[in-house]
Amino acid sequence: MTLENLRPGQTGTVLALRLEGALRRRLRDLGLVEGVRLRCLGRSPLGDPSAYLICGAAIALRKTDSRRIEVEVEPWNAP
Amino acid sequence: MERTVALAGNPNVGKSTLFNRLTGLRQHTGNWTGKTVSTAEGRCGAYRLVDLPGTYSLLPHSEEERVARDYLLRGEAEAVVVVCDACCLERNLNLVLQCRELCQRVLVCVNLLDEAERRGIRVDCAALSRGLGLPVVGVTAREKGSRQRLLAALDALWGTPAPARRSPPYGEGLETALQHMIPLAEGERLPARWLCLRLLAGESLPASAALQRAAEAERAALGLTPSEVEDLLSAALSAEATRLSALSVTGEEQAYGRRDARLDRVFTGKIWAFPVMLLLLLGICYLSIRGANLPSEWLSVGFDKLETLLRRGFAALSAPPWLEGLLLDGAYQSLAAVVSVMLPPMAIFFPLFTLLEDAGFLPRVAYNLDRPFQCCHACGKQSLCMLMGLGCNAVGVTGCRIIDSKRERLLAILTNSITPCNGRFPLLIALLTMFFAAEGSAVLPAVLLSLVLVGSVLLTFAATALLSKTLLRGAPTPFVLELPPYRKPQVGKVLLRSLLDRTLFVLGRAAAVAAPAGALLWCLSSFRPGGESLLLRLAVLLDGPGRFFGLDGAILLAFLLGLPANETVLPILLMIYRAAGGLEDAAGLGEIHTLLLQQGWTGVTALCTVIFTVLHWPCSTTLLTVKKETDSWKWTALAALVPTVMGLILCAAVAALGQ
Repeated sequence: MTLENLRPGQTGTVLALRLEGALRRRLRDLGLVEGVRLRCLGRSPLGDPSAYLICGAAIALRKTDSRRIEVEVEPWNAP
Repeated sequence: MERTVALAGNPNVGKSTLFNRLTGLRQHTGNWTGKTVSTAEGRCGAYRLVDLPGTYSLLPHSEEERVARDYLLRGEAEAVVVVCDACCLERNLNLVLQCRELCQRVLVCVNLLDEAERRGIRVDCAALSRGLGLPVVGVTAREKGSRQRLLAALDALWGTPAPARRSPPYGEGLETALQHMIPLAEGERLPARWLCLRLLAGESLPASAALQRAAEAERAALGLTPSEVEDLLSAALSAEATRLSALSVTGEEQAYGRRDARLDRVFTGKIWAFPVMLLLLLGICYLSIRGANLPSEWLSVGFDKLETLLRRGFAALSAPPWLEGLLLDGAYQSLAAVVSVMLPPMAIFFPLFTLLEDAGFLPRVAYNLDRPFQCCHACGKQSLCMLMGLGCNAVGVTGCRIIDSKRERLLAILTNSITPCNGRFPLLIALLTMFFAAEGSAVLPAVLLSLVLVGSVLLTFAATALLSKTLLRGAPTPFVLELPPYRKPQVGKVLLRSLLDRTLFVLGRAAAVAAPAGALLWCLSSFRPGGESLLLRLAVLLDGPGRFFGLDGAILLAFLLGLPANETVLPILLMIYRAAGGLEDAAGLGEIHTLLLQQGWTGVTALCTVIFTVLHWPCSTTLLTVKKETDSWKWTALAALVPTVMGLILCAAVAALGQ
């Protein structure tokens, strides 16, 4: 599944970044690389963008961008 | 000898605060990404410190990163201090590693150690220093000894000969390619290894043709595309950062904690986000109106007393009447009107705004409001520029640099003046109070002012959508916004700083324009060829078009003459109406109301004037800033046309309906 479908509170592991160019590098700079764990913190009041906990920082991403990031959701929620 | 040292670091790591503490310079520090959009300089002992914009990396994806990297590439700085956040060191190490590749003398400064400790994170600076091969110094945000420790570490940098630049292992293939290329790069101005790496990653940098060809050949031999090379490089940097943070950090790295999550459930939650934003807006409007009345009166009484003294002085020196008219009736009175009307609301607005900024609330506004901007194919960070514009549009236009994409930045610049700046508040408040909230408290005017502001936000959406469907078409670019941890604002410092930096700065600029404008006005009103002053003639000339838009000639003329500073519109208007020459000082809203009614004002006139106050050409300072930022007269003209045309259409519609 993609990051877009990660629900608030769920934790996932990044499998692949299907992005090119500036965004790919920007996300890498922020620590969003293959194998990293992240958690969906919540959605903004109008439903988009959503905030994710990546490497200890809260980062907001739009759906159009997050649907290009493959994640595997963890079967249990992080404590 | 003075040495130049650059200060680099990720956004939100307290870099600017540290810079201020080192230099004593009051550079404005805010708790959101992209605060420093150009470099700031200060002195500290034997050092010249240069504060670079906050960046996540030295690969130039954005304006800030370009500024930071170009500065380091110029080689002006003899050393770089990389400021890191102890709460999420791993991510910060990415920048440290990139600096270590590019620069010879690097000092790592791990900031916010106290904050980290509170979250159960410990950083072993000695272990980190061994792992990196660089000196590391740990500091806290507020403790006094930090400054001394940092300076001592900086002094120690010069004790030894400059160490070699170091980079993590990039794997056999790339390392072999580098070995082939580096001998070719020895004569280049840029560091050889770093230059070869960047060329392999496909970046276009000045280098000899032989080296450029070698980069392509090596890449072909490896069978990699430039972006694959870039991936390999950043993967190696990430791996190195992970290894180093495992060596030196205990506890789970988390800058964004439980408290932040709880606060965000309110400030960005489905139910509370918008009510809270509206309440804050209302609160700011209420306090600006309520708190400003009394000090405004005091100031105006004070200015009157001073004027009496000055007049006596002029009389004693037996100065010619025209000089007294030009200086006192013209320059002085307009200056006094602007200062006494503007200073109090500004002295209330700016500190409140800075408090919200310091606390970390502003990026949440961008987060909450991103969806409509997305629909307009614009960037959510535009709302931050609008918030800055609420203080001063020129500042808002400069602030648009935080938007990476050129198209989206232009959208934000062209629509910025639709957000009424603080200089327009007094006029709005006066009109709303006189015509729509006649009696009683400050609550109703505050509600009305908030409504006007909400209306200006909606108009901004409309203008942005229109522009992005016509002149500035294009797909939205990716949007990445960091929501920094909430911080407790340092109230005392905030008050002092915002008063010094912002209030006095904006006021000074307005005053500098108001005095000569007042003198000019005096000339216009005193020069009477054929019995009638030029001012009145102009007003009569403009009366026809003015009436069509629900205004009158005097109002239109006041806005035209108020081009240098919006604050002067009301005083000019009153002066035209009185037509006596000289701005008479604020005589209280009641009297002004009577005067306006005598001139035939109705509710429709007042409403049209309110609309035109929000939607007309930006002041000259803002226009010059737009020219500077866009480097184009075409966009500057458009920045004036867009709000003006919108304003005229709306005014004409209201006038037509009102009749």
